[in-house]
Amino acid sequence: MDRILRVNLTDLTTRIEETPGEWAGLGGRALTSTIVAREVPPACHPLGPNNKLVFAPGLLSGTSASNSGRLSCGAKSPLTGGIKESNVGGTAAQMFARLGIKALIVEGMPKGAAWYGLRVTRDGVAIQEERELVGKNNFAVLEAIEGRLGKKAGVLSIGTAGEMRVTAANISVRDPSGKLRSHGRGGLGAVMGSKRVKFITIEDEGAPGIQLADPDKFKAASRVFTKALMDHPVSGTGLPTYGTNVLVNILHEAGGLPTRNFTSGRFDGHESICGETMHETIVARGGKPRHGCHAGCVIQCSQVYNDKDGNYLTSGFEYETIWGLGANCTITDLDDIATADSIMDDLGIDSIETAVAFGVAMEAGILPWGDGKEMLRILREEVGQGTALGRVIASGAGAVGRTYGITRVPVVKNQGIPAYDPRSVKGIGITYATTPMGADHTAGYTIATNILNVGGQVDPLKKDGQVELSRNLQIATAAIDSTGMCIFVAFPALDIPECLPAMIDMINARYGAELTGDDVVALGRTVLKTERGFNMAAGMTSVHDRLPEFFRTDPVAPHDAVWDFTDEEVDAFWNF
Amino acid sequence: MIVTVKLFAHFRNGRFKEAEKAFPDGVDCLHVIQSLEFTARDMGIVMVNGLHAALDRPLEDRDILALFPLVGGG
Repeated sequence: MDRILRVNLTDLTTRIEETPGEWAGLGGRALTSTIVAREVPPACHPLGPNNKLVFAPGLLSGTSASNSGRLSCGAKSPLTGGIKESNVGGTAAQMFARLGIKALIVEGMPKGAAWYGLRVTRDGVAIQEERELVGKNNFAVLEAIEGRLGKKAGVLSIGTAGEMRVTAANISVRDPSGKLRSHGRGGLGAVMGSKRVKFITIEDEGAPGIQLADPDKFKAASRVFTKALMDHPVSGTGLPTYGTNVLVNILHEAGGLPTRNFTSGRFDGHESICGETMHETIVARGGKPRHGCHAGCVIQCSQVYNDKDGNYLTSGFEYETIWGLGANCTITDLDDIATADSIMDDLGIDSIETAVAFGVAMEAGILPWGDGKEMLRILREEVGQGTALGRVIASGAGAVGRTYGITRVPVVKNQGIPAYDPRSVKGIGITYATTPMGADHTAGYTIATNILNVGGQVDPLKKDGQVELSRNLQIATAAIDSTGMCIFVAFPALDIPECLPAMIDMINARYGAELTGDDVVALGRTVLKTERGFNMAAGMTSVHDRLPEFFRTDPVAPHDAVWDFTDEEVDAFWNF
Repeated sequence: MIVTVKLFAHFRNGRFKEAEKAFPDGVDCLHVIQSLEFTARDMGIVMVNGLHAALDRPLEDRDILALFPLVGGG
């Protein structure tokens, strides 16, 4: 039976606990959200001693199932004030799973000024005071830990942003290449910083490994599942070639590419930042168009992006980051955006929240539109040095808007709205409004069906069918986020009938269970209701399930679309 | 009539990004697609003037036809 590791920073103790029976069938998001809802007082201060930081690998993490290496991190978010689950690749999830660790719960808060590192091994978890790496950023932390523990050790760390407890701070996770991926959204790095934990290392030497209840059944189902991922044009061909950034031109063409702080749906400079241009640039400079964020990923949507001289600049360079600093801030130099991506990774700040914050900052006149060099200076010299301006920007779009008196602030539950305009892609607006996470495209990715013709077609500009689409996808996503699977398995799952049953068969073969499709849907529903229940207890109401006012009043080009759902129509989302 | 055709992702390989092409009045999207030696099965997303369009949609002078293979991201 997998175990729960518990670390208490108040009294500097650790415990290994048996997994309670009611948590045995849970993993990933289902487990982090269940634990947060059970153990964190909803009204607590997110940066106080009563918040808890929970890490959990998915139900299939650590197995040979393709794309199953995702880690969930949960807490009460200092950005939204509600529950948060943030999902990441890297090596940690598979290491936790092989060590038989169902979840790691970090709670309490030290009384003194010391910082700590947590060291997870097959014997449990140890708390060690840390001096050398305090004040260092992520790349230095990764390098130092590699020196101490070798290349195989897993790392979860915070940069100086997490130490400053700014609400765009993320938790960075070592990837198989020795670079990093991010628990980006919701300011979970600030929660880790509030507990004065600089990093968590994981060593899996001597780990018990995964015991499959039915290895033959698992192997057969795994083969079907992997074939579905490889056969689908999006996961098998499109994502590996162009990465997620193929979306720039698609959303531009559809009029859903938020531009200049959400004042237009099209960006004249789209060709200079699009996936096609990026692909050519990567190939010409000897980078890698294909790259996986975790071992066992067959989609390989990540990439290695080199600078003009052919030296490594960044990886995991995603559409949302490129959209955010590109179209939304009208910066057309992809190298400036890649440099910013690397700096944000190093400081440990969310590249979506920060990019949306820069859009609001440009509207406020803090820096000129499209000024990539000044954006880089602010990242290095203001955010990096923790000046007042830097802390405002690294506290997210809402903070910038409040500080400078701006009304066009694209946030829901104070979390920055990503890369798809909800006026011209209405299904994603329902997701932004209703997900307990605050504006989050991954919570119910209606772009698949609104724009990409995956899983059928629902007209992006009409209201019909959007609430049902978002609801079905949010339920499915909550379930997938609990398996440790990458959300991109949803593309084949929506179109290839064998895909989802094969995933359920793998779970059954792993645990000796007899789950059906209905059980998985029920799990997704329960997760969403649990998360919403936490938010309500924390003081949120249906009024928090609303898009900013300007989406109603300001039509967006080229379709002159506005957000035209009534409150009752939005609230009907929760009728399940 | 003149139709602006835009190609994306690997559709651009060996073809073009954007071109103005002359067609007889009233041809539909599929006609243009086939004239470029694509098949209907190659198409992921077809948009006319930024709106999703069916393959049998007739085109008008100065329409912008955007053709994408089935790709995606997130």
